[in-house]
Amino acid sequence: MSAGQRKINKWILHAILVLLAIVTLVPYVWLIIASLKGQDDFFSAIFLPPGDGAFGIGWDKLSLDNYRALFDLGFEVNLINSVFYSATTALFATLICAATGFVLAKHQFRGRNLITLVVLGALIVPPTLLLAPGYELLYDLNLLDTSWGLLLPLIAPAFGVFLFRQAVIQSVPDELLEAARIDGCSEWSVFFIVVLPLVRPMIGAFMLITFLGMWNNFISPQIVLQTADKQPLSVAIAQLRGVYKTDYGLLTAATVVSVLPVAALFLFLQKQFISGLTSGAVKG
Amino acid sequence: MSTGGVDSRRVVFSWVMLAPFLVLFLVFVVYPLIQSAFLAANQTFGPGTRTFVGTKNFELLISDPVFWKAIRNTFIYALGSLFVQLPIAFLLALALNSPKLRGRGIYRLIFFSPQLMGLVFVSILGALAFEKRAGLINQALDAAGINDLLVWVTGNDAWLEPDWLQQHVMATLILISLWLYVGFNMIYFLAALQSVDKSLLEAAEIDGAGPWGKLRHVIFPSVKPVATFVILLSMIGSLQLFELPYILLESSGGPDNKGLTIVMYLYQNGFDLGDLGFASAIGWVLALILIGLALVQVKLTRAQEVNA
Repeated sequence: MSAGQRKINKWILHAILVLLAIVTLVPYVWLIIASLKGQDDFFSAIFLPPGDGAFGIGWDKLSLDNYRALFDLGFEVNLINSVFYSATTALFATLICAATGFVLAKHQFRGRNLITLVVLGALIVPPTLLLAPGYELLYDLNLLDTSWGLLLPLIAPAFGVFLFRQAVIQSVPDELLEAARIDGCSEWSVFFIVVLPLVRPMIGAFMLITFLGMWNNFISPQIVLQTADKQPLSVAIAQLRGVYKTDYGLLTAATVVSVLPVAALFLFLQKQFISGLTSGAVKG
Repeated sequence: MSTGGVDSRRVVFSWVMLAPFLVLFLVFVVYPLIQSAFLAANQTFGPGTRTFVGTKNFELLISDPVFWKAIRNTFIYALGSLFVQLPIAFLLALALNSPKLRGRGIYRLIFFSPQLMGLVFVSILGALAFEKRAGLINQALDAAGINDLLVWVTGNDAWLEPDWLQQHVMATLILISLWLYVGFNMIYFLAALQSVDKSLLEAAEIDGAGPWGKLRHVIFPSVKPVATFVILLSMIGSLQLFELPYILLESSGGPDNKGLTIVMYLYQNGFDLGDLGFASAIGWVLALILIGLALVQVKLTRAQEVNA
């Protein structure tokens, strides 16, 4: 291939990539602009409404009114709920899975192999199979429409135990644990001072994927929670759509409010997130 | 022996550490799993009202045309996403794999970004974007003159303002999930491409292999394990599709159940109609399909390992 040919290929590649990037990004631009528009302007322009401002655009037609209307409806309660549910799930799931994964990886006791086998077996149980019996169980335990009923089934995922068991096997050498014990560390300090720092990348990645998983979880809160004040954003926004079906401004504003915190968190912790996503995959 | 005390203390510690997980796991996974088998042989009207019906749930299920419609829709969606999404994801990964490409980090971030929005919020955005009159898609098609072109080609005036959510549900679902998941799958393929042996590529080049030859004889074989994993993951996720059609179609199956999926069918029976027993029967059918797929994947991977 000649150098000229190569250069042309490079430009074609970039042109395709830029085009695809635009296709990916346009919905965001549309979403944000839509959340600032008044109801009438939805039919006058795809993006910014025409008017007598700079570039022939009616800048004065844009406002935060939709956001005001959204918070007048009490949407901030759902935002707080989402933060609470996601943070609690991330914290407890990480602690419980790390503790279990460590013990299954490094401790010798009767029943260890059986438990490991059952945990691995549980990975193939599709969560949808547990919806109906899980609902009946929460009814029997009187936990329907409570935070406990939502959170307790979600803070001990077998998948997390599997990930932490792998992480401990890969990055915690037995000699280090023995050395710590000889130095007089109790088993508790071995776990908190020696093991946890060594699996820190997994802790970061797992906390982030659990947080996002809960933030975007729809079916669990939809089934468990009935009171509007207890619902997270995912359920609240779907109900908002049911009531205000054609209020595009309100619905787009609600989407922006729901997505922004997570996008900010991601940009902040990007590397860990991507490594967390691929951590389930086979390496090499 | 002096170590006896230490050992037993360590065993106690092990069980204390395991306790929270074991209790929650037994109560919220193992117990419901066992109950789901009993439930599947019962009819209920809401929780706590079981009537034993034996295998009747399964008989009703296979004779219900709505169930077969849900199966059909779900598989169309799964295969559609598989054959549209994964090739594009792989091509994107190949394009972004060259370390010399300028801006690859930015491209990667952009293509991945829809994943951050989460399925529910993407569903809301999708519902608004594919809306008939004020939606982004129809307005853009109109502005680009594509609508007029489609009307001219098909001779059908309906293309002037296509009703995506009512008339073209499956295509809309596949398009939205393409936007959402293509970057996610690209990340897996990018990770897999890292494992391609550079010296093998050089050797192939010396032997006079073109880009296609390198792709076929070096890149495909080393990406294959991850590719089968991604295919399985994508199939398992697709077959459990719920939120996207549930929100787009406002909790119905759409006109003539055009967009009804298996999990939506399960949800409607279990939670709208209150028959948790019938819902469990559907859950078991779905579980068996998924486990069957996983077994096929394990078999294929084994066969690859033997051949390698």
